[in-house]
Amino acid sequence: MTNDLRVKSSEFIDETVRISFKFNRKTYYGFKGDTLGSALLANNVHLVGRSFKYHRPRGIMTAGSEEPNAIVQISNGTDRTEPNVRATEVEIYEGLEASSQNCWPSVDFDIGGINNAISAFLPAGFYYKTFMWPASFWEKYEYFIRHSAGLGKSPTEKDPDVYDHRYVHCDVLVVGAGISGILAAKNAAKNNLKTLLVDEKNELGGSTIYQNREFNKIENQSSSDWLKKEIQELRNIENLEIKTRTSIAAFHGYNYLLARENLTDHLEKKDKQGKIRQRLLKIRAKKVILATGALERPLIFNNNDRPGIMLSSAVKKYADFYGVVSGKKNIFFTNNDSAYESAFCLHNKGIKVEAIIDIRESSNSKIVKAVEEAGIKIYWSSTIVDTTGYKRLNSVSVMKLSNDGLSVTGNKMNISCDCLGVAGGWTPAVHLFTQSGGKLTFDENNKVFLPDKYPSEQLSVGSCNGDFEIKEILKNLSTNLKDFLKIDKTDFENINVESEEETSKRNIWLLPSDKPIGKTKPFVDYQNDATAKDIKLALREGFRSIEHVKRYTTTGMGTDQGKLGNMHALGIIADTAGVKMGELGTTTFRPPYTPLTFGTIVGRNVGEYFDVFRRTPMNDCHINHKAEFENVGQWKRPWYYPINGETMHQAVQRESIAARESAGILDASTLGKIDIQGSDASEFLNRVYTNAWSKLGIGKCRYGLMLNEDGMVYDDGVTTRLGGNHYLMTTTTGGAANVLGKLEDYLQTEWPELDVYLTSVTDHYATASICGPNSKKILNKIIPDLDLSEENFPHMSFKEAQIGNIKCRIMRISFTGEHSYEINVQANYGKALWEKCMEAGKEFNITPYGTETMHLLRAEKGFIIVGQDTDGTMTPIDLQMDWVVSKKKYDFIGKRSLYRSDTMKEDRKQLVGLVTDDPNIVLEEGSQIVSELNQSPVNMLGHVTSSYYSPNLKKSIALAVVRGGKNMMGKKLFIPMENKTINVTITNSVFFDEENKRLNA
Amino acid sequence: MFIINCPYCGERDHQEFKAGGEAHIERPKQPTELSDDEWAEYLFMRKNIKGVQFERWNHAHGCRKWFNMVRDTSNDQIILTYKMGEKPPAQ
Ligand SMILES: [Zn+2]
Repeated sequence: MTNDLRVKSSEFIDETVRISFKFNRKTYYGFKGDTLGSALLANNVHLVGRSFKYHRPRGIMTAGSEEPNAIVQISNGTDRTEPNVRATEVEIYEGLEASSQNCWPSVDFDIGGINNAISAFLPAGFYYKTFMWPASFWEKYEYFIRHSAGLGKSPTEKDPDVYDHRYVHCDVLVVGAGISGILAAKNAAKNNLKTLLVDEKNELGGSTIYQNREFNKIENQSSSDWLKKEIQELRNIENLEIKTRTSIAAFHGYNYLLARENLTDHLEKKDKQGKIRQRLLKIRAKKVILATGALERPLIFNNNDRPGIMLSSAVKKYADFYGVVSGKKNIFFTNNDSAYESAFCLHNKGIKVEAIIDIRESSNSKIVKAVEEAGIKIYWSSTIVDTTGYKRLNSVSVMKLSNDGLSVTGNKMNISCDCLGVAGGWTPAVHLFTQSGGKLTFDENNKVFLPDKYPSEQLSVGSCNGDFEIKEILKNLSTNLKDFLKIDKTDFENINVESEEETSKRNIWLLPSDKPIGKTKPFVDYQNDATAKDIKLALREGFRSIEHVKRYTTTGMGTDQGKLGNMHALGIIADTAGVKMGELGTTTFRPPYTPLTFGTIVGRNVGEYFDVFRRTPMNDCHINHKAEFENVGQWKRPWYYPINGETMHQAVQRESIAARESAGILDASTLGKIDIQGSDASEFLNRVYTNAWSKLGIGKCRYGLMLNEDGMVYDDGVTTRLGGNHYLMTTTTGGAANVLGKLEDYLQTEWPELDVYLTSVTDHYATASICGPNSKKILNKIIPDLDLSEENFPHMSFKEAQIGNIKCRIMRISFTGEHSYEINVQANYGKALWEKCMEAGKEFNITPYGTETMHLLRAEKGFIIVGQDTDGTMTPIDLQMDWVVSKKKYDFIGKRSLYRSDTMKEDRKQLVGLVTDDPNIVLEEGSQIVSELNQSPVNMLGHVTSSYYSPNLKKSIALAVVRGGKNMMGKKLFIPMENKTINVTITNSVFFDEENKRLNA
Repeated sequence: MFIINCPYCGERDHQEFKAGGEAHIERPKQPTELSDDEWAEYLFMRKNIKGVQFERWNHAHGCRKWFNMVRDTSNDQIILTYKMGEKPPAQ
């Protein structure tokens, strides 16, 4: 490959390893060490994407994570594709495929480019203004917006990669491995502090490592040579861990940071296999040192966004680090000395620099003198008023600035060029500092926001703290480090450093043009196409808060979060509104600093590990019975047991009939179980349940209803008195943990005087519930010596017994209305218990039934399910369950609220039964109930909470909550559905065996 | 992202804890004696201060104990934790 855009080989690029990659389906070559950005530039590809709104051609602007334009879609094969990746960060590898985003049909010919021509009609707030009216057109607008906008494509296949999470604890975390970070980490670790140093790049050394700056010397060597030796020494320091390709995504309070470590993104496909792709580090650091550096600012002038217009520092980095020339005819445009470093660097490599345009009047720096002596033309007090070149810059127009900097004077001069390096000064990267809660202060002299008040044990050092020259950096670093780390000395406090201080400064946030602002396009946010004109319009329309201006103009809302242009946006607002920047404040920098993949956030918690699930000890039996499962909380419960290809409806009808006609069996192990002991246990239950407990005999069971303090039903279940001071409470499956938490709360905080101890025993027992007219016979076969007579073992009582050698607790309680027994054994005997019941019940055709049949059977009896028939707004009175609310008890949780004027209203929603006039129509749960059909607006009386076809009654039944329903027995109401109206009648909510004869059958 | 000093266990990650609202609101001993307004005051009204606030926390995935915390809600700094039943420090 002959390539005249490669300059003398760089030590960071391995030219012996040639790598092929594809960009927009075309094959290119680069070298090991290249980023996609540097490799494209080396191939003279500047046009890499289209802007979001106007679809203007855009090129590579930076050499780092702040890149707003070169946002690409990365894919290799069909299974891996990732949108919104910055080409300037992607290390190329063999087989890499990348493509431009936000352009259709291609980056060279883009239909959306028409937006650029009609941009006068796309001002700030365009989306808000245009697409609001008429409202009925929204669907059409949405189609248009989604088709023409959209950054990148999300993958459609399952992510084939593995991601990981790791907790990290350290004494000192150093973020950023530039010269400041390296010296900080080295000195921390050498003082016996466990130190972690992270950097987003794959090389240590930051910008110092590749720059040969003429007038920067440390110990009489170039600063880069000196730093290389320091880095060599790092390798041998104990206590120091270094992670490269690792970027901090978030800095939360209490020095908790999240970092993404990239492990395989730079490898070719075959080397990625079987490896963890990215790892999320969850870091707790005692102290944090931020050495995140500074980002170069662009300048805001007319048409400042063409491909070929780059940051001056990026032009320099591509030349110094990657050995790539960004253009053959270079111009620099600057307000400070750093562009002269870039110009001089190109000049020394034999690359032509046409001119430097400087808005300042003069500068006496040595580097400026050196550039002048090299014969490069400098235009002082001048500005660029326009640029030309659609897909690549080809010229700039220059004019003299007026003294006040608000206008231009004199003749316009055109200079042809293919690359413009822009240097607008430096913005300290304070993003992480502010994320952690740090407050900034504005430095008027340098026009930068700097860390002011630290919210935790942290320190900002180097250029992110406003120190830009190496002498100043090292001096302040040493002083601050000693204080922060409480160490006596640093190993660099006495070294000899030479650097130059910049004296001449001039800052103009928005540079004037010879055209009126309305006819210019000075871009502030490149990715979102927000111009200075848009910001001024927003201010004219009355927006004042920065947060509002930001959202209205979309400045800083892209994937780059406005890293380049935010300061200019603030400056323009301040200038236009006539306020000081320090008073204006900044917008909030939110995590993540750079985008994170979902895979990294989720880590290993995918597929079956997404959420924990719980299985009962009888799970194998259910699988053998071909059960379909449903999720109840975290439990996997049998839903129904289809045989011979039955539908759910068929299976449930069969199970329901079997349970009423002979025998059914249910796995009830998931019900919450709380063991309650202590001399005040009875008193405790009196306070937490609505009914009275003191007189419950030992060996007896009672149903209890638990309210919140607001009087609304919270949970229910049967509690058994096992002994004088010993109860076993059951709760709903889903409510178990919350009930225990609530009871503990009252016990510890309101009633610490009570002698009561609570223990969760949900997982300790397995429970089989057998019900139906033959349940007694089955239990008798299992435990022949247990007296099952009504006298010895009546309904709502409890017995301890043994099945062989296995102890069991048996409660004669019923949720189906049938004669039934709940048999509890130690959990590890659960499967044996189930098999025993099935064996004993075989002659009675014992039928396992799932949650669906359980729900149907209880609905036939009108028993509520908390959470299905209640929704946190139902009192026991609303549920017509007054019978379970003690009138005599002085107090219980929620009692007082039952007497609030609101809870006593007659027209509250109340639980009633509902039958359809046509017994074959089964209502949809959630259906709305009305009394009038032709009313507007419709007066909705309530809704259906439970609905089934009852095979035992041979008709459809439902439970519903209806406003004032208690006094509406027999009333005809309507349920309007999409295509029909269903006629219903309010009834009693107990549909089956109203006299409870079957309990004792 | 707090590190919380449980008065029984010591410093632990915030993920082990559950917040329980404003502290030092005692459940009335004789609720039936209260007017609707007085009961509503206890039941619903909370200060929700921007600044130093007294809160209840539960070491839910630890010792399960409830305790009190003094926290500045404006910057999430935890000033103090102390056991249930202990007197709140003077403001
Ligand atoms: Zn604890």
